[in-house]
Amino acid sequence: MKLKTRLNGKTYEFRDVKDVLAKANEPKSGDRYLGIAPETVSEKIAAKVVLSELTVADITENPVVPYEKDEVTRVEIDSMNKRMYDQFKNYTIAEVREWIMDHKTTTNDLYRASYAWIGETVAAVAKICSASDLIYGASKCCRPTRCETQIGLPGTLSFRAQCNSSTDDPETIVLGVQEAVSFGSGDLCFGINPVEDTVETTQRISHALRDFKDQWEIPTQISVLSHVTTQMQAVREGAPLSMFFQSIAGTQSACEAFGVDKALLNEAYDLAKQECYGTGMNKLYFETGQGSEMSIDCDEGADEMTLEARTYGFARNFEPFGVNNVTGFIGPETIYDGKEMIRGNLEDHFMAKIIGLPMGMAPCFTNHTGITQDDQEIACLLLNAANCNYYMGVPMGDDVMLAYQDVSFHDDNTMRELSHRKPAPEFHKWAIKMGILDEDGRLGERAGDASMFFAK
Amino acid sequence: MNDTELMRIIREAIAQATQGEKAAPECKCVCDGEVEDISAYSLREEFNIPNPYNKEEYMRIKAKTDARLGVWRAGPRPLTRTTLRVRADNAAAMDAVFNDVHEEYLERNNLKTYQTKCDSKETYLTRPDLGRVFDDATAAQIKADCIAEPDVQIVVSDGLSSSAVEANIDAVLPAIYNGLKATGLKVGTPFFVKYGRVGAEDSVAQILGAKVTVILLGERPGLATSSSLSAYCVYGGYPGIPEANRTVVSNIHKAGTPPVEAGAYIAELCKQMYDKKASGLDLKA
Repeated sequence: MKLKTRLNGKTYEFRDVKDVLAKANEPKSGDRYLGIAPETVSEKIAAKVVLSELTVADITENPVVPYEKDEVTRVEIDSMNKRMYDQFKNYTIAEVREWIMDHKTTTNDLYRASYAWIGETVAAVAKICSASDLIYGASKCCRPTRCETQIGLPGTLSFRAQCNSSTDDPETIVLGVQEAVSFGSGDLCFGINPVEDTVETTQRISHALRDFKDQWEIPTQISVLSHVTTQMQAVREGAPLSMFFQSIAGTQSACEAFGVDKALLNEAYDLAKQECYGTGMNKLYFETGQGSEMSIDCDEGADEMTLEARTYGFARNFEPFGVNNVTGFIGPETIYDGKEMIRGNLEDHFMAKIIGLPMGMAPCFTNHTGITQDDQEIACLLLNAANCNYYMGVPMGDDVMLAYQDVSFHDDNTMRELSHRKPAPEFHKWAIKMGILDEDGRLGERAGDASMFFAK
Repeated sequence: MNDTELMRIIREAIAQATQGEKAAPECKCVCDGEVEDISAYSLREEFNIPNPYNKEEYMRIKAKTDARLGVWRAGPRPLTRTTLRVRADNAAAMDAVFNDVHEEYLERNNLKTYQTKCDSKETYLTRPDLGRVFDDATAAQIKADCIAEPDVQIVVSDGLSSSAVEANIDAVLPAIYNGLKATGLKVGTPFFVKYGRVGAEDSVAQILGAKVTVILLGERPGLATSSSLSAYCVYGGYPGIPEANRTVVSNIHKAGTPPVEAGAYIAELCKQMYDKKASGLDLKA
């Protein structure tokens, strides 16, 4: 393994694969905080050069946290396909990048090959990609999933109606969801973050959402994003959830801090089989985001982008219905400005798609960074060009409970129009019947008036 | 074209422009009033849907949430008024984060300033670790200036919102002192921590040997409010104390828990924590 090179008149030598991965990263506040970022631009490029010549086997055999020490590493390695790995293990990272971009490499090839990679491998490839590489490579991937309905088909773009309430009030939550639906949003799911992580709140909100969904026969999913153990208890007591949600991270210690491990997620999957409304084979919904590990001191000294990729390797094992990041949610100690947020989002989407996930995106920001609304919308537009599976739908992008800004109902429709994509087919058919959308997926005359649902 | 010719053209152009200026009629417009303050309208009362099926029911539910609903659209895009209001609220939030608490305000409230190890706002935002500690000289100064080993030590910090400090402290602080007066507890010298994180109170507790320490700190602003203050209270604080040992009073602002009410409650909490020698989860136990 060559970990040394000469560039621009200077010799650069890296300690190990973990060090090369960190030094090859584009600027990230969290890496600077940990003191693992490159010191000069030339050092960064030297790391990319070294990385490009490492093989898939070099990376796979040297995960950033050892197999024996960390369950995330074990899950991402154990969920690989040996035949696929054998086919690619001698490829250099440079060759993998070019193979992904090659016109001859099809969507199906990419999907089959996704089981040759672990998180570190897709992170390595993404680190030698430019923005257009990240968009182009990801745009070739397609990963439809099914829970109550099917999403992620070619030519479709879906949204989660995220209409949280600062008081967990079902009536205002449902009004928000009604407005989302009146804008053609909500075909991924109605997904609500409760303030109170209790079985009772999970019950109350999920019943209100299910009642609305049933009354109008809306083809979508229902999710309440309390802790997975809370949801499991709620479902045992009759909460009508479609699937189980959980936040996950890229190290065992971070997952432990989130109160989650492989056994728990397997248990959730099995319970969902018996008790949830989704009968398709995808029964879990995950959220992730660059910087979550370092913000709780569970980073194991690895860079935040590689840890995010490991999270995807972990997620893949559980056949999720949807996965989305919220890179930009934590704050400037992890993602400093608009440039870092946009790059981080393109990386996340690419890494997740290449490793085979049904990836949606939540380009977002808080008010204590220099990230602006324009930055956030630019990220959204670029991800749209990359064929991202879904976005959030938040009233005017302002989440009144979580106090941050995400994608709005208006942006949702703008993205569909710009990329000529339509909602998930079952939902689209329903929305046409309701007069909300036309055959092309464009907003109808009365779209945006939630009071159309008050009549019944 | 040579330089002379160019100069001639420029001179002519200037002459023409100046002439035009002279010839322009005097401004006759009458400035009667001003453009509406769009940051003032109530989000709960705002409604923009033309000919809705049922406005009454919309408004009944909308009255319970700040969520921006009933906003309508221009094609797929938001209306101008709605989008500018989001920008206005974001501006208030960013100004709360990036502006400092005015020195006059601190002087008026008799709060001397001590700065954490952060040398700038930028360092503060990207280095949470440095916002919890003081350098040796500052620590020595705090020790020299303040009452030693108080039963209750109160500090104020900008945190992520200078607006939260300026909107609430002059009401919260007197309310806490009034509440503590009757308890007979030894109350320390209050001061202001510039660029402080919650954990700064642990350093303060250690430097002064305080039993109960309270930090009143500006919270990360959302779009709905940029001036929300929280009080983090700890018994026997020291750097590295588990987060579960803090008792938190959050959402202190005029539309949440009013500052005077919050102050009285914090005083009561301090007495309880002092008596039970506990805070956070231990206090509930």
